[in-house]
Amino acid sequence: MPVDVDATVMSNTRLSDDYCVIALEASEIAALTQPGQFVMVKATRGLDPLLRRPFSIFEVIREASGTPTGISLLNKRIGTGTRLLYEVEAGARIACLGPLGRPFEPIEPPMKAWMVAGGVGLAPFLTLAESLRARGTRSTLFYGARTANDLYYVDRFERLGVDVVCSTEDGTRGVRSLITRPLDEALDDLGDDESVKLYVCGPTRMMQAVARIAASHGRACDVSLEQVMGCGLGGCYSCVVLARDDGGVPHYVRSCIDGPVFDARRIVWEGLTH
Amino acid sequence: MDLSVAIGSLRLANPLIAASGCFGYGIEYSDVVDLSTLGGVAVKGLFLAPREGHLPPRIVETPSGMLNAIGLQGIGVRRFIAEKLPDLRDRRAIVIVNICGTTLDEYVELARILSDAEGVAALELNISCPNIKEGGITFGCSLTETHSVVSAVRRVTKLPVIPKLTPNVTDVASFAKAAEEAGADAVSLVNTFLAMAIDVETRRPRLSNIVGGLSGPAIRPIAVRMVYECRQAVRLPIIGMGGIATAGDVLEFMIAGATAVQVGTASFVDPFLWRTLLDGIRAYMTRHGIARLNELTGSLDTTREEQAWISS
Repeated sequence: MPVDVDATVMSNTRLSDDYCVIALEASEIAALTQPGQFVMVKATRGLDPLLRRPFSIFEVIREASGTPTGISLLNKRIGTGTRLLYEVEAGARIACLGPLGRPFEPIEPPMKAWMVAGGVGLAPFLTLAESLRARGTRSTLFYGARTANDLYYVDRFERLGVDVVCSTEDGTRGVRSLITRPLDEALDDLGDDESVKLYVCGPTRMMQAVARIAASHGRACDVSLEQVMGCGLGGCYSCVVLARDDGGVPHYVRSCIDGPVFDARRIVWEGLTH
Repeated sequence: MDLSVAIGSLRLANPLIAASGCFGYGIEYSDVVDLSTLGGVAVKGLFLAPREGHLPPRIVETPSGMLNAIGLQGIGVRRFIAEKLPDLRDRRAIVIVNICGTTLDEYVELARILSDAEGVAALELNISCPNIKEGGITFGCSLTETHSVVSAVRRVTKLPVIPKLTPNVTDVASFAKAAEEAGADAVSLVNTFLAMAIDVETRRPRLSNIVGGLSGPAIRPIAVRMVYECRQAVRLPIIGMGGIATAGDVLEFMIAGATAVQVGTASFVDPFLWRTLLDGIRAYMTRHGIARLNELTGSLDTTREEQAWISS
């Protein structure tokens, strides 16, 4: 059951001109959070913008004793709501509803987990990495961005024992390519006796490409799809994606309650507009 | 303190109804609200058959409002009765089923099927969805067709019949009158306003359906005016809606002439708002010494102050 918290902003750390991490005091949400879940955030008390926006829960913030006290959000300035959130100051209050959505299912060893992130699609993977570490599952993060300055929290993943493979479009860090190339090569190098599951979040066309690569290598792949949402609770049918049912027939399903995490084989990518 | 209201033979514990299309089939919200505490739940519009609805993007925000063109995605009436209705019954929800057809016969068939189902409190006739080409709004934009569909449904059901009216007509009160003459038990209004938003950078419409329905606080004053006009024209109970977000908004619609109200868009923003609305209504009743909320309906005071300062 989700809770609605009028959360105090503990800090807003600007990572760049576009990205920031907003830490919120929300122990009730933090205590319930499973990897890959999201919250619906109201960026303003007023009526414009009117609706809440979905954000992956980036971190579960804990006291030294391990007690969860809050969550953080990875925000990228794109539209009106994300611009307001970029500018928010510590001490402000933000209505925050969650946790919501179907979480990632972390796999157990000896399977390995490969997380594939593009840009702000990094957001759901810190919680997953922690959960994988707790299970002793070996994990790798394939992380692509435009340029080195757009790669964040790499050391944080490394401290969690995650192997990180970076790529940038301009070659300023890691290989100069889209992240799909090092991923494809790593899958080529993987032995038949080794089992791996892919978890993907990023731009739609990147997720589509990774899904295709995973399928061609016969590897399991879950995708986290972000769509424009009205309510986050299944009430409005705004956030639908075209997904195949067990019989292979595509239907519109709500990404808020049937997702945001889906088995990539179910998704009809041509049906996604962005 | 009595918050109950009557819509024909239907008695509601309070005037707050979850608006159709904004609350799924109700079950989706059972984690955040005890459905039995609502006056009623108007479930998502149902056709006879399942429908996939429109391509995304299906919503876009505008100042103080939102446009939607969902396209009445739904599971169809038979799956609703089999999969959702028993659960709603167990949760003691007052279920108002919103029905939509492409032909008059489909409305009649839906009414027949639902009249035999256990746990349906009333039928809301969707003759006002602006987002589908066939059926629906074509009935709601013609006085004669509004009359025919209401009277045809009236003949086959004992359930309260509540046509939901569109604001996309010149004179909504004449449609309320047509519904009354055809034997409706109440009318609900307003559905969304046909509207449009364009991305000027790409010159593309922001909705895949090009046009959609505007809801939210932006439309509230127009909706209040339309409820007021209908109150003058008919004796039927009116279920008012359009941008309600606060207890004050609920009271405004009631004073204008509504017996009950529906809340939609605002429950997207705050799914827990029902309790806040009820608390606000109770506080108002205490402040004004109102024992029974239904006294408020149509209590608008339009008497003019004597303009003594002119004559003196």
